[in-house]
Amino acid sequence: MPFSLHTVSALVLRYVFLYTRNPVRFVELIFWPLVDLLVWGFLTVYLRKQGVGDFPTAITFLIGAMILWDVMFRSQQGVAISFLEDVWTRNLLNVFVAPVRTSEYVAATCMVGVLRVGVTLVVLTMVAALAYQFHLSSLGLALPAFLANLILFGWFLGMISTALIMRWGQAAESLAWAVPFFIQPLAAVFYPVAVLPSWLQPVAKALPCTPVFEGMRAVLAGQPTPWGDLRHALILNVVWGIVAASFFAANLRHVRKTGLLVKVATQ
Amino acid sequence: MSGATPILEADRLVKTFGDFTALDGLSFAVAEGESLGLLGVNGAGKTTAMNLLLGLTSPTSGMVRMFGLNLWKHRVEILRKINFSSAYTALPSNLLVWQNLAVFARLYGVKHPKQRVDELLELLEISHLRKSVTGRLSAGESTRVNLAKALLNEPRLLLLDEPTASLDPDIADRVRKLLRRLQSETGLSILYTSHNMRDIEEVCDRLIFLHGGKVLAEGTPGEVHEKFNRSSLEDLFIGVARGEVASIGLAPK
Repeated sequence: MPFSLHTVSALVLRYVFLYTRNPVRFVELIFWPLVDLLVWGFLTVYLRKQGVGDFPTAITFLIGAMILWDVMFRSQQGVAISFLEDVWTRNLLNVFVAPVRTSEYVAATCMVGVLRVGVTLVVLTMVAALAYQFHLSSLGLALPAFLANLILFGWFLGMISTALIMRWGQAAESLAWAVPFFIQPLAAVFYPVAVLPSWLQPVAKALPCTPVFEGMRAVLAGQPTPWGDLRHALILNVVWGIVAASFFAANLRHVRKTGLLVKVATQ
Repeated sequence: MSGATPILEADRLVKTFGDFTALDGLSFAVAEGESLGLLGVNGAGKTTAMNLLLGLTSPTSGMVRMFGLNLWKHRVEILRKINFSSAYTALPSNLLVWQNLAVFARLYGVKHPKQRVDELLELLEISHLRKSVTGRLSAGESTRVNLAKALLNEPRLLLLDEPTASLDPDIADRVRKLLRRLQSETGLSILYTSHNMRDIEEVCDRLIFLHGGKVLAEGTPGEVHEKFNRSSLEDLFIGVARGEVASIGLAPK
């Protein structure tokens, strides 16, 4: 029996029920990103008034960076938090003894990541346009490539976060939020890679999100879209995808062997 | 039942966790339409055995076959034909009962999910709970909703892990009667773990008494306690729990 989209859609339906039955979940999807946007937006307004930066568009980088970072973060959260939802509701065993392949389960959490990104992106795009005259569409044709690379990398970070939580149990659940922030200082989100010490720059360049943030700054500064860098980001994503899937599979084998899967699920 | 085709075969299952041996060569079979109880004190290996049979934990050695197929090679195919309910798992608490059942009906590939959910709610006498929030149900209601989930795919084998734990005697009695009725009407096979002697005596045709990861005794409930010269299964259970096994001259099988 092959990979089943029917199974994936049933799992996604469950997460949709979970979100729509509990409006508090939308606080996480809308409130925190909005707070971030307001803080970075007002900082941008302040810097603009102070005349900081060599050119006026420089300060809009901050809003663009914040929104794109949130895309990657929500995508990662889709995978990691969906797993935690099953742990918190003591439902994980019911799912793992249902005829669900691991690949179908992970695919469903990735789809939840896309839905989360969609909700957050619509809200942030509208507020950024209305409040700060920042139009995400000004990134032009590069925007879908930026989003695709960030969503992919978010999924892979989510798989790594989930694997770590499976292995270390609920005590490690804060990793669901922390893992993306481990890489944030290196990802050139708010500043160019060139600012980093030279020994750290190769590490930054090994992250698929780095060319996206560099590319965003280039496009906003009126330079051509760095398609070559975006292709490089895609190749890096393929490598990260293989690493994340292997890491997840190895950890799943380990927790099945040691009995930790049941322990995590019934804690 | 002995002549019937086994639908579950556990063959010399061993599970170790570091230096601790949770299961030490457990072998048994469940025939079509049979209900088998796994009984034992805490740490006897019941839950470990259940987790191995569900594919949640991998064995150190040994083999599990269901419907003649290797569990680890045909996991999804096998899981479509069986189901599970436990007092220690739950359905997402903030979802409505019908939402939880509708999702699992789709996961198990039920052809007419809504119709099947309605049938089961009626069978379990909980149609009035259809739109209730799962987390607000009483223990008895939750058990019946969990059982409804476990029956969605019309399983040929039902694995039940202490399904009556935390139920009052009246509800526990209803659950046992329901299981017997289902078994006689559908030919369902059941593997049942419990601490509750009454559950085992009423629901199971045969039982395996586990102790220290090994089979201490096997047979009908009556045969087992008589074999050990004890007045009842409960008396035997207490004897084993208090370490009196050696004093009554028993050696693990």
